[in-house]
Amino acid sequence: MDKPGQMDELDRAIINELQGGFPVCDRPFAEVTARLHTTEQELVSRIDRMLKDGVLSRFGPMYHAERMGGSLSLAAMKIPDSDFERVAGIVNAMPEVAHNYARDHALSMWFVLATETPQEHAAALERIERETGYPVYDMPKVKEYFIGLRFAA
Amino acid sequence: MTTGAPIDEIDRRIVLATQSGLPLEPQPYHAVARQAGISAEEVMARMRRMLESGAIRRIGVVPNHYALGYKANGMTVWDVPDERVDELGEKVGALDFVSHCYCRPRHLPDWPYNFFAMVHGHDRGEVEELVCRIAALIGDADCGHEILYSTRILKKTGLRIGG
Repeated sequence: MDKPGQMDELDRAIINELQGGFPVCDRPFAEVTARLHTTEQELVSRIDRMLKDGVLSRFGPMYHAERMGGSLSLAAMKIPDSDFERVAGIVNAMPEVAHNYARDHALSMWFVLATETPQEHAAALERIERETGYPVYDMPKVKEYFIGLRFAA
Repeated sequence: MTTGAPIDEIDRRIVLATQSGLPLEPQPYHAVARQAGISAEEVMARMRRMLESGAIRRIGVVPNHYALGYKANGMTVWDVPDERVDELGEKVGALDFVSHCYCRPRHLPDWPYNFFAMVHGHDRGEVEELVCRIAALIGDADCGHEILYSTRILKKTGLRIGG
């Protein structure tokens, strides 16, 4: 999975063409085969293989948590190196934590909290502070700007 | 934090059946329908509606950017005047190397930054060049910025609602 060179032209075309706009219809794979110059069966098996190889991390609908009534927030904590693994264990064990990254900054742990309601969000923050003993810097988005990026393969 | 209208019970069944991915078979929405206990026509109508309302951002493949060679992932954070953040957000979000772009609250005095743009490059040198391009675009509204590189993924499960 560290060798993008193992992808062939069709794999790249699938990645470049299908990062959005996958159709909602009876035979959606068949519908996009013409512009990808492949067959329905080949397309299904290529996506399956790229998911298994880790070239793709997902295939399907990307849901917008807030528009479904959910709550999504980026949060950070300032954790000394000596206590980092203990705190990471507590934070990672929480089902509300979707992603967690170590970053090279005094605010060293950054995670995304996803909950179905704002009340659950507040409860999760409170629990992290209580169990870890560190304050959480909660940074819910005030505004999201339109993004055009598609990763080029 | 923005909060939209909650989805109904049938939408929720569709979300549960698709949040880890669409079935890899020629008629994926029919498979979702069987799992959700509704007709394929209803699954498709509701998914089209969720696309229109923005509850579904898009449908497609999500490449693992590390596997594509984007190994340097810099969260760039900027202190810009509040009254200019929307104008700058539109410009920076439109750059083809920025994958997420948000206005977020400051936490003074520790955290002066109110504007976030995620930048992906093949190495840190490339990220730094890209950050120079953002800085040029922001111009004199740049009251300070930093790049926070991820050094380790501690957890990555994606967003899930409970069953």
